[in-house]
Amino acid sequence: MTTIEQANAALDPEETRRVRAERLERLGRWLLPLAIMLFAIWLWDRVCVWNEIPQYILPRPGVVLATLFKDAPLLFSSLLVTLRITFLSLLLAVVGGVGLAVLFAQSKWVEMSFFPFAVILQVTPIVAVFPLINIYVDNQTAKLLLCAWIVAFFPILSNTTLGLNSVDRNLRDLFKMNGATRWQQLWHLRLPAAMPYFLGGLKIAGGLSLIGAVVAEFVAGASGQSSGLASRIIEAGYRLNAPRLFAALILISVTGILIFLVLSLISHLILRRWHESALKQEH
Amino acid sequence: MMPQQASIVRTGAVESGNPLLVLRGVGKSFSNGVVALKDVDLTIKEGDFVSLLGPSGCGKSTALRIIAGLSSPSAGTLGWHKTLGSDGVGFVFQEPTLLPWATVFDNVWLPLRLRGVSREAARPAVMELLERVHLAGFEAAVPRELSGGMKMRVSIARGLVTKPRLLLMDEPFAALDEITRFRLNNDLLELWQDERFTVVFVTHSVFESVFLSNRIVVMAARPGRVFEEFAVDAPYPRDEAFRTSTCYAALCRRASAVLSSAIHSTGGASHDDD
Ligand SMILES: Nc1ncnc2c1ncn2[C@@H]1O[C@H](COP(=O)(O)OP(=O)(O)O)[C@@H](O)[C@H]1O
Ligand SMILES: [Mg+2]
Repeated sequence: MTTIEQANAALDPEETRRVRAERLERLGRWLLPLAIMLFAIWLWDRVCVWNEIPQYILPRPGVVLATLFKDAPLLFSSLLVTLRITFLSLLLAVVGGVGLAVLFAQSKWVEMSFFPFAVILQVTPIVAVFPLINIYVDNQTAKLLLCAWIVAFFPILSNTTLGLNSVDRNLRDLFKMNGATRWQQLWHLRLPAAMPYFLGGLKIAGGLSLIGAVVAEFVAGASGQSSGLASRIIEAGYRLNAPRLFAALILISVTGILIFLVLSLISHLILRRWHESALKQEH
Repeated sequence: MMPQQASIVRTGAVESGNPLLVLRGVGKSFSNGVVALKDVDLTIKEGDFVSLLGPSGCGKSTALRIIAGLSSPSAGTLGWHKTLGSDGVGFVFQEPTLLPWATVFDNVWLPLRLRGVSREAARPAVMELLERVHLAGFEAAVPRELSGGMKMRVSIARGLVTKPRLLLMDEPFAALDEITRFRLNNDLLELWQDERFTVVFVTHSVFESVFLSNRIVVMAARPGRVFEEFAVDAPYPRDEAFRTSTCYAALCRRASAVLSSAIHSTGGASHDDD
């Protein structure tokens, strides 16, 4: 009965306009960036043609795409190598970041004592640290992992620490009144409360671990020891193989975007029932 | 106070049960120099519904936190009835203070869970309480799907799930609209009469304190202290008809008068201490 009434009720002009504007905005959010992207690619193509730019300086988009297919076996096997480092280091960043945050949460004194070390590790450029790692660590994979981990773990550590300390005072009192042990308080209160903060850190760390992996390969690849995407780029650079260089670059970007989207989705799925930020995304 | 006023009599005229908790000379000073409580003597008797009524900043929450064992007094003593300690106490905060990620069931289960009671063992008690607070059928909902009043009902159910002898409530309905507030007042009274627990209820609303309690403790600020204590001599059950009765109006007038002299009383004693 009510649904029929609602369906038949004529919307006044203002409401009609509002509904139309909303629909337009929803469409625009996808279509606009896509259109701009297509236009940019078209422009890129035209610039190459108009100025007769040689392929080894700036290849046309079509050539890059063709290279992506032609060199697919080579590029994708390299991508797998890079992805392996990326995900392993992200996993270690999660374990290390959350583990350290939980350790810090045990006592303010621990946090005060050790947090500065984490900051130092974070602010020192990894490229400058790598030669040291190169001296101390033999195993190639371990080297790259360590590098990528140093780049990626900090946002998880700092966000999770913030989250663990952001528990509502009354809830803390409630747990205290009910005789909760330290472990119960951590498990039933502080960890769940830190979840949105952790997931925010995870989204940043996902991108950073890819960057860390590629940068590490670059530095290591200079000595010809790596087979990841970065070394394909260096190689292509030496040989003036611009199409392959572009293809590898595109592959890295797309991977980064995919990682971000997947982590955003995971975060949305976990938080959608209770957290405000997830609530807003639905509208 | 005029003793000939029939509607309000000094404590002692209305007798309830044995003393459950006795506060003697309780004081609390904070490091910033605030004297939140000074020389508070208070006896809570079994079966009482006591309201702490006073302007904000007069130490009502501090008193409640001391009773709950969340804060220790800087002076004086708390004497519990020998069968009861601060672990037989339930607490309801001003905000619903629910775990936002947990369902209604899990939120009510929480105090039992922390005591090692499994979900299945807790189910009968939790489900019965949810029914008592009129939330049957909502056990799978999460807090953000509930209205303010419903969240407060969950919070009350959680406070009662351990079957406490004493329930402490700190302005639990202050943030609710009036209609919801009236309804919750009625339901709380009904629960209190059926289950016979003791309530210490903090509020700054005269109407609420008169409607609910059999005893009102009016407090004054700077330093926080008990200004005057009196019994509300009106029979239970109190229902909607009581709200519009002349008896209720007279009681409210008296309580307002006491409250306003409490607000205007200057705490000369605090200067002696400084
Ligand atoms: N932890 C604290 N540290 C310092 N001052 C406090 C603290 N808690 C409460 N107070 C002060 O004590 C006084 C009484 O506070 P409170 O018990 O919350 O009053 P009420 O609940 O009656 O509004 C207020 O002046 C408040 O500022
Ligand atoms: Mg208060």
